[in-house]
Amino acid sequence: MNERQIDLEILRYDPETDEQPSFQTYRVPCQEDWVVLDAVNYIKDELDRTLSYRWSCHMAVCGSCGVMINGEPMLSCKAFVRDLPDSIRIEPLANFPIERDLVVVMDDFMGKLQSVTPYLVARDEKSIDDGEHHQTPAQLKKFKPYTLCINCTLCYAACPQYAHDENFVGPAALALAHRYNLDSRDVGRAARADVVASNAGIWECSFVGACSEVCPHEVDPAAAIQQAKIAATMDYFLGWLRPGREP
Amino acid sequence: MQVITTDVVIVGAGGAGLRAAIAIAEENSDLRVALLSKVYPMRSHTVAAEGGAAGVARDDDSLDNHFNDTVSGGDWLCDQDAVDLFVAEAPRELTRMEHWGCPWSRQPNGRVAVRPFGGMKVERTWYAADKTGFHMLHTLFQTSMKYPTIERYDEFYSTDLLVVDGHCRGVAAIEMRSGQLRLFSAKAVIIATGGAGRIFPFTTNGAIKTGDGMAMAYRAGVALKDMEFVQYHPTGLPGTGILITEGSRGEGGILVNKDGYRYLQDYGLGPPDPWPRKKAMELGPRDRLSQAFWHEHRKGRTIDTPHGDVVHLDLRHLGEQRIDERLPMVRDLAVSYVGVDPVYEPIPVRPVVHYTMGGIDTDIDARTSLAGLFAAGECACVSINGANRLGSNSLTELLVFGARAGRGAAELAVAETSDANETAILEQAKVAQDRVGRLFQSSGGGESIAGLRREMNTTMEAGAGIYRTDASLRESCTVMNDVRKRYAGIELEDKSNVYNTDLIQALELGAMVDVAGAVIVAALERKESRGSHQRLDHTERDDEAYLKHSLAHYVDGDDARIDYRDVVITRSPPGERVYGGEQK
Repeated sequence: MNERQIDLEILRYDPETDEQPSFQTYRVPCQEDWVVLDAVNYIKDELDRTLSYRWSCHMAVCGSCGVMINGEPMLSCKAFVRDLPDSIRIEPLANFPIERDLVVVMDDFMGKLQSVTPYLVARDEKSIDDGEHHQTPAQLKKFKPYTLCINCTLCYAACPQYAHDENFVGPAALALAHRYNLDSRDVGRAARADVVASNAGIWECSFVGACSEVCPHEVDPAAAIQQAKIAATMDYFLGWLRPGREP
Repeated sequence: MQVITTDVVIVGAGGAGLRAAIAIAEENSDLRVALLSKVYPMRSHTVAAEGGAAGVARDDDSLDNHFNDTVSGGDWLCDQDAVDLFVAEAPRELTRMEHWGCPWSRQPNGRVAVRPFGGMKVERTWYAADKTGFHMLHTLFQTSMKYPTIERYDEFYSTDLLVVDGHCRGVAAIEMRSGQLRLFSAKAVIIATGGAGRIFPFTTNGAIKTGDGMAMAYRAGVALKDMEFVQYHPTGLPGTGILITEGSRGEGGILVNKDGYRYLQDYGLGPPDPWPRKKAMELGPRDRLSQAFWHEHRKGRTIDTPHGDVVHLDLRHLGEQRIDERLPMVRDLAVSYVGVDPVYEPIPVRPVVHYTMGGIDTDIDARTSLAGLFAAGECACVSINGANRLGSNSLTELLVFGARAGRGAAELAVAETSDANETAILEQAKVAQDRVGRLFQSSGGGESIAGLRREMNTTMEAGAGIYRTDASLRESCTVMNDVRKRYAGIELEDKSNVYNTDLIQALELGAMVDVAGAVIVAALERKESRGSHQRLDHTERDDEAYLKHSLAHYVDGDDARIDYRDVVITRSPPGERVYGGEQK
C-alpha cells in the first residue's frame, strides 16, 4: 500500500506549564486509506505519548473526535488523508475553551443540552401493560432527522452566533428540542419554549447555515431553528387570537 | 483526599449504567446516584450497536421460542432460570424505551416493527433503522436528565473498588480534568463498563472497550465467568473492523465466496433458499458463520486483500430504496471506509472480535459475590448468552439487567442506614494511590504502552482466535506472563495532571492484561468445543465434563485459578444445535 509523508501541525497546550497554545509538527508516514485520526494515533503510539485528544468508535457515531482540520470542524475519524494536502493543521474545536491539547471543555454544551427539556413529555402516561404508543411511519419521519445528532459539537465550532455570544443555546440543543416538539407522542413544547423561544434561543440565530454544512449526519439544525421560529411566531399570534391565552 | 458521599455509585454510563441510574431514580427519589464514566455518556460504546434489540412482539411468536433460540444459540451454557426471566422482561423493557421516546421503526399501522436476526426462529428484533444502539443510548441519556438525583461525573476514570469489612463501599476514580484522585463513598456500587474487545487486534469495539470494570472486580476477588467465550461477528469491514450489522442479512443480504458461491450451505446451514429462511444460511448464529469463514479461508476460497482475506456480503438485490430505508448507516460506512456502494457492489467483510460473552460473575439479580457490588451489561456474565450470544440479545440484556441492578442497589442502599467509615475508606484508597503513583515514578523498565499492547493483541489472535489448540493457548499463556511482568516496567512519558491520556492508557493496558490472562487460562482449561470456543484438539462438546461455567479467580502475579460451577438447567436438556433445513 502506498505511503505518503504528511506533516501534522498540532496545537499543543498544557495549562500547567504553557502560557499560550503553540503548534508542534510531526511527520507521519500515512497509508492511503487512513483517516486523520489514524495519523494522530500513530503520533501517540510511536512519536509522542504526551499528546492528548478524545476518540473512541472510529466509525463516526460516538461523536468524540471532532477537531478543526485546516480550519474546518470535522470528525477526525471521517476525514480521509487522501482528501487533504501534505500539510494538515489540527486544532481543538473553535469556540470552546481548551482543556488540554485537542481536548476542549464541554461544560457549556452539556448544560445547554440539559436546558431544553431534552426528553419526552408524554401526551398520555401509559403503563407498560398498555403497550406502545402508535406512531405511523409518516409521523416518525417528521422528527427522525433531528434524532440523528451525535453531539459532536462541530456545529458549535462552525456557528458565528455562538462565537459572538456564548449565551446562544446553539444548533444541536435547539435541534434536539425541535426533535421532541415534533414527536407525535410529546406535549412538552410549552415547557421548552422558555429556553427555545428566549432571547438566547432561536431568535439569536442569524441563519448563516454553517451548522448544517458541517454536520456529519445531515441533521440540518438550521432548518430546525427556522421551523421553530415559525412555530413560535404562530404561538405568539394565536395567543392574541385565543381568548384567555396570554402571548 | 476529597471524599464524595452518595448512595449508589455506578461505574459506566452506557446503556446498562444509564438504565440502572434511571431505575434507582424511579424507585426512590431520595437516593443520590453518582454516575461515573471515563467518557461522556453519549460516547459509550452502546452507541455503535446497529441491528436491534430482541423481545417477543408478534402473535406467532412466544416466550418459549425466544427461550429456546437463546439456549440452543448459547450451546446450552446459558443459565435457564436467567433466560426465562430475560425473555419475559424483554418486551416490557423495550416498550418502556418506546414510552421514553426511542424512535423505533414502525409498521404502516403505527405498531413497532420487528426484523429477523441470526439464530432467531421468528422476527423479534426491534430496530431503529440500523442505529438501534445509538438511539437507545441517546434516549436513555436524555431521559436520565429528567432526574435531579442522578449526578454525573463525566470523564472520571475509576481505578479501584473500595471494600470495607467485606462490603463494597465505593470506588476511587481519577478526575481526568484535574488528574486528582477522588473517593466516592456509597452503600452500593454497580459496574456497567461494557466489554473488553480491545484485548484483540481486530475488533468492532471502540478504543474505550478495555475491560476496566471487569479487571477492577477481578482484582477485588470477584470471579470472571466464562471468559473463554469471545464472539467473532462474521461481518466486519477489513482494516478498520467496522461492524456491518447482521440486520443486513436479516433484510436479505447474502454471503458469497470468491466464486460467488453461497458457501454457508457447505457447513450445515443450507439449503440456500433465495428467500431468507430463519435460522438458516446467512441467518445462522454468529459462531457458526465465523467458523465457516475460517474453513473457507483454509480452502483458499476467500478473497485476498491488503487487510486480510474477505468474503462478499451482497445486498444489491434489496435495491436502493430498501437499503436507504432500513440500512442507511451500512451504506454510508461502506462508501466511506471501503469505497463500496452496496447498492451497486458487494461489501468485503471478514470475521471480527465483537463481544465478550464472559464477564463479572453475577446472579439473576445482577449481584456479585462481593456484598454491595452489582454488575450489568456486557461486563457482566449472568449468563443468558452461554457459549455464543445471539444477535440482538445484548441491547435487551443491558436494559433488563441494568434495571435489575438499579433496583437491587436501591433496595440495599435503603436498608443500609449508615455511611461507610471514612477512615476505613481513606485507608482503602491507598491501594489506588500507590498503583497510580507507581506509574509516575521512574521504573527504568523503558516499556512502551503501544509496544506491550501490540504484543498482547498479536498473541490473543494467534492463540485464542476462532480456532484454538493446546499449543496455541500455551504459547499465548507464556507471552501473556511475559507481558504481565514487563507491565511493571511501564513508565509514563507524560507526567502532567490535566487530561493525561498516557496515564489512562497505561491503566487501561493494565486492565486488559488481567482480562486477557483470564481468557487464555479459561480457554486452555476447557478441553472441549462449545459455541464460540472451538478447539482443534478437542473437537466435540463434552457435557459430562464441561456443562459448567468456568470461574477465573485473580492471583496476584500469576496465572488465573480456574474452577467451575454447574449450569442451571431447568427445562431444556442439552441437545444438538440444528440450523438450516434440518431444523423442525
